[in-house]
Parts: sequence; structure tokens; C-alpha cells
Amino acid sequence: MSEVRLQGHSASPGLAAGPVVVLAARTASRQATGDPVREAEALRAALKAAAADIAALAERTGGEAADMLGFQLALIEDDALAEGAFDAIGAGIPADHAWREALNAEIAGYEAAEDEYFRARAADLTDVRDRVLAELNGESAHAPTSGIVAAHDLPPSRFLGMDWSQGGAILLAAGSPTSHVAMLARSRGIPMIVGLGGDPARLAGEVLVDGATGAVVIDPSPETRRAFESRRGEDEVRAAAAATGLKEKAATADGTAIAVLINIAEPDELDGLDPAICDGIGLVRTEFLFHGAGALPDEEHQYSVYRRMVEWAVSDGVQRAVTIRTLDAGGDKPIAGLTEDGESNPFLGVRGIRVSLKHPEVFRVQLRALLRAAVHGPLKVMLPMVTVPEEIEASRRLMSEEFAALNAAGVAARQPALGIMVEVPAAAIAIDMFDADFFSIGSNDLTQYITAAARDIGNVAYLADPLNPAVLRMVERVAARGAALGREVSLCGDAGGEPAIIPHLIAAGLRTVSMAPVQVAAAKATIRAVDLRRAAAVEAGAVCQDAGK
Amino acid sequence: MSDAQVPGVKVSGAAELTNAVGLHARPSVKLTQLAKSFGAAIEVGLSADGPWVDAKSPVKIMRVKAAKGATLYFRAQGADAGKAVAALVDLVERRFDEEEAEAAGEGSGGAA
Repeated sequence: MSEVRLQGHSASPGLAAGPVVVLAARTASRQATGDPVREAEALRAALKAAAADIAALAERTGGEAADMLGFQLALIEDDALAEGAFDAIGAGIPADHAWREALNAEIAGYEAAEDEYFRARAADLTDVRDRVLAELNGESAHAPTSGIVAAHDLPPSRFLGMDWSQGGAILLAAGSPTSHVAMLARSRGIPMIVGLGGDPARLAGEVLVDGATGAVVIDPSPETRRAFESRRGEDEVRAAAAATGLKEKAATADGTAIAVLINIAEPDELDGLDPAICDGIGLVRTEFLFHGAGALPDEEHQYSVYRRMVEWAVSDGVQRAVTIRTLDAGGDKPIAGLTEDGESNPFLGVRGIRVSLKHPEVFRVQLRALLRAAVHGPLKVMLPMVTVPEEIEASRRLMSEEFAALNAAGVAARQPALGIMVEVPAAAIAIDMFDADFFSIGSNDLTQYITAAARDIGNVAYLADPLNPAVLRMVERVAARGAALGREVSLCGDAGGEPAIIPHLIAAGLRTVSMAPVQVAAAKATIRAVDLRRAAAVEAGAVCQDAGK
Repeated sequence: MSDAQVPGVKVSGAAELTNAVGLHARPSVKLTQLAKSFGAAIEVGLSADGPWVDAKSPVKIMRVKAAKGATLYFRAQGADAGKAVAALVDLVERRFDEEEAEAAGEGSGGAA
């Protein structure tokens, strides 16, 4: 058997090797048998499989999550839960319909409860309902404990339901490097390749994955495997070397201090992470909060998450700032019931701050939670996709109103610094017109809008290059403006964590970069190797040579 | 409790729910697990006259949605009915052994 090589697009770097688990497509649907006896058997089998999944999940989690799973297990193992469904099946209703209806009735009972503790249990029932439905549909909700996963596409909720603590990789036939799952994969250091095309089932077998180049080798030859293993060994040695300076502050060889911040896409990423590796959190993507089953997260929930992040950042007594970006929905991150459906060009549509200002009722809840969390430490608020100065002014007005309302109600609150993401060329070019407390360059979108090329369109992805001189000049312009005003300028896109790009960003005048936690070690090693004196000397030398000619 | 050993005898008891979240997820699981450890048929109700639900079914227990301050009535029938009722009453009176954790963890319990 000879090896097969496939080429996709890189969505998250890293090397991985091992057997592939192919996830069934979510679109799989069930054919009812029409026979009540077989339908009842199907439901019984699905209940049993779902219970086994929950039990396995409970075994490897601890704390609150284990309690929650234990509760779900108690419900699913109780015959009373499916009684109504089995009755309906006996009356000729297909198993999936019967189960959905029975559970919806149960869920409605919880949703109508007066006590909020009981209302909150509706989510557990919904989880149980969907897990069993997935089993009935033949799409096992069973998550592989670790390993290399192949699928057509992967929703963020499914990624979060998997255990990545033992590593693994993601191979997608479709997908996009700018998707939420890709961000999650990068932040966890999980290699990911998208756009492999075809049926994900053809990836079954032993594979080698190179997340950085987007290459997959199926059933590799012994020579290919040896070459791969030696590369992996080199990578590990390099990583170990970089890790030795992980908790030291970063400065260039000539002594210019560079602040290294981290990007967080999901609060659990902070578990087991030492705040000493960074100078703060440069970007918190709050979209993860809005992934829940339909309902928008309430103020208390948001407050507790923001507060936890702020408290993590100062947990060792150092005052590190946490920059929380307000909801950045739209574009490739739709939220049902909030963002526009079927926009002809979502990347130029209602996204980022445009969504928030269109839905002030949702925005105000987030602002209140942020104002309250700001009491617990240095919190900063960042607005995404700002295009005109009026958007900051409108946001500041809403924030002041909510601040006054919280004050009047006697609720502790503090007005945080309000900054903007610089990702629309209109803002980057006319940056002097924007009265923001800080600027953070969103290099992914800024690059895509400047070059008019999307990274997830294979034929033009090479153009979406953050090293394009036009992009670097824009970075330089924003950095200079910030320096003149004494306002911090950071960069929080993927470019901020790329060793190949960081020296150019520093040369352009940036002194703060933000990146995925897994990129910090390599980024700090890169920064320490940069010598701005030498860069300046080379430039001066070039000028002298030119002048002498 | 001497009659507890006699098969077929009916025993009843009652206790007030004083833990902050009432017969919530964790307490209800504890209660049904304890009930299942006895052979007797055990039922729970919010009044001395019922309606009664099976104390071994977490789904039915949760449907009762018993909040803090409610009184739980138990009745049991079987060889170990007396022991069962005594143990269940004791569990409720001990606040399911978890009041401290709740008060500290939820921040909205009686400690606030």
C-alpha cells in the first residue's frame, strides 16, 4: 500500500501523527422503520449509548461539571424520563419525534418554574434531549477522548465537547482558517487543516499531519514516517528551549521592552495557565458566551466570566490588564436571532460594533456586566469593526448611561478604558480622528480588507499577507499615532504570534503584541533575537550608500 | 421502630427542606440514590395527603420542584420501610451534607 498525500489550507500549525477518527456528518438523518417495536428498540439503544457517553465523560471530569453530568446520568437512566416517548411510539409515532416531543414537554415544565435553580435545569434536559437525538440519527455524540479527528466541518460546541488534553488534530473537508473552531484550535495548540475537500471518510487510516503547511499523508511509508518523527523531535527541542524563558519579560537584544499579551477565546483556557507568562490579556473574544442553546447569556453569567478573567490576571499580585472585546458577531460568526441572515457579503455587512449598536438591548447587558467586572481589576473594553468615530461616541454614551444606572441602583461599577480594534482601513487611515483610549490592530481583518483577499479562499490566500508593505505601513501609522498621543497600540491578530512576522511589527514601531498562549514561548524567543540598533544601522548604511552614489 | 422489621407495614415521616436551593439537582440525586438502597417502596409528597411520587425516580422528584421551606413527606411500605423513612428524614435534616459548599459556591445562599 502506498502513501497518499493530500493538501489543504493551514488553520492551526503543529505536527501530529496517529489514527483518524471520522466524525459522521451532522446532516445525517434518520429513516423511521414504521414498526413500533423496532422504533422502541432504537430509542432504548440510543438511551443506553447516550448514558454510556455521559458516564464516560463524568469519569474524566471533576468539580461542577462532574456533578452536572451525574445529574444528567440520573435522569437518563430513570425509566420515567422516556415513559411518554415510549407511549407515543406505541401509538405509531417515530422514535425521534416521540422522544423530542416528550422531552420538550419536560423542558417546558422546567422553563416555567418559579425558582431560577429549577429553570436552569432546562439546559440539562436540552443537553440530554440532543444527545439522545444524535444517537438516534446515527451521529454519535460520543466525543473521541483524543486523537486526529476528520469531519466535513466542526461546530465550536462540538470542539468544546471534546477532550484535547492529550493533543490531537483536526482535518476538515470544508471549514475556514478564520472560523471560530480554527481560533480555538490555535489557542489550544491543536494542529488543524481545512479545505481538504472530498469525503472525510477517505482520511481514515494512519496519518501524518503538518498543520503549518496544510499537508496530510495517509498510510505513510516508513521513510516518510522517519523524516516526520525527526522533524517532530527537532520541534520539541526548540519548544523546550523557548519554554525556559517563558516567564521572563520580553525585551529585544538592545533592551527595548515588548509587552506580550495573550488572546483568550474561551474562559477554560485559563485553567492551568500561569499568568506570569504574559503581561496581560490583550483580547478576550466574548463570542463564546453566545454559543449557548438559543438564549443570550444574561448579565450575571457574563459578569461572573469577566470577573473570573480579571481575577486570574491579577491572581499573583501583579496588576495585569484584561482587554475584553465586545461581541464580535456577524461575518463568519453568525448568532441566530441576532445577526442578519443571508447577507450578500457578510464580511462587509452587519458585524462587530454594527450588530451591537443595532441591538442596544443586547449591548447594554454586556456593558453592564463589563462595568461591574471592572471593579475587580484593570479591565479595558474594546469595540470591534469601528469604521467611523460616531461608533465610539455612541458606545461611550451607552456605557455612561449604564454606569449611571448601576450607580443609582447602588451596584458597584467602574468606567473602564474604551478602545477600538483597528481593522477597517477607514479607521486605520484616518486614525487621528478616533478618540479612543487605546488602539488594537486586528491584523487578520485589516490584512484581508487592505489586500481585498480572504485567507479562506484558496486561490487568493497568498495575497492576504500581513507582510504586504501596505499592511506594515498601516501598522506603522497607527503605532506612530499612539506613541504621539501616549496611548497604547497593540496588535492582536494571528500575525502577533508569528515568529516570521514579529520582527517586522517591532520594526514598524509596535511595542505590544497579543497572541495565543501556546505561541508565547516562541514569540518571546523571537523578540529576544531582534536587535533594533542593527536594524537602524542597516537602514542608515543603505541610505549612506545611496547618497554616496 | 420495632415495627420496621415487619413486612407490609406502612411508615411515614416528614422533614422541612432548609438547604438554600431546595430539592435541586444534587440533593435530588442523593435522595433517590439513598431511596434505591432500600427494598421498600418509598414515596414523597409535598403534603401529608399526597399527591405522592416514587422517591426512587429522579425525574419524578425533580418534577415536584420542591423549593427551600417546603416540607417533604415520606411514606414507605416494605420490610425496611422504617429504616428507609428514618434515613431519608435524616438526609433532609442534614441538609444533604452540602449546605456549606452551596453557600460558599453559589454566593446566594443563606450565608449572604
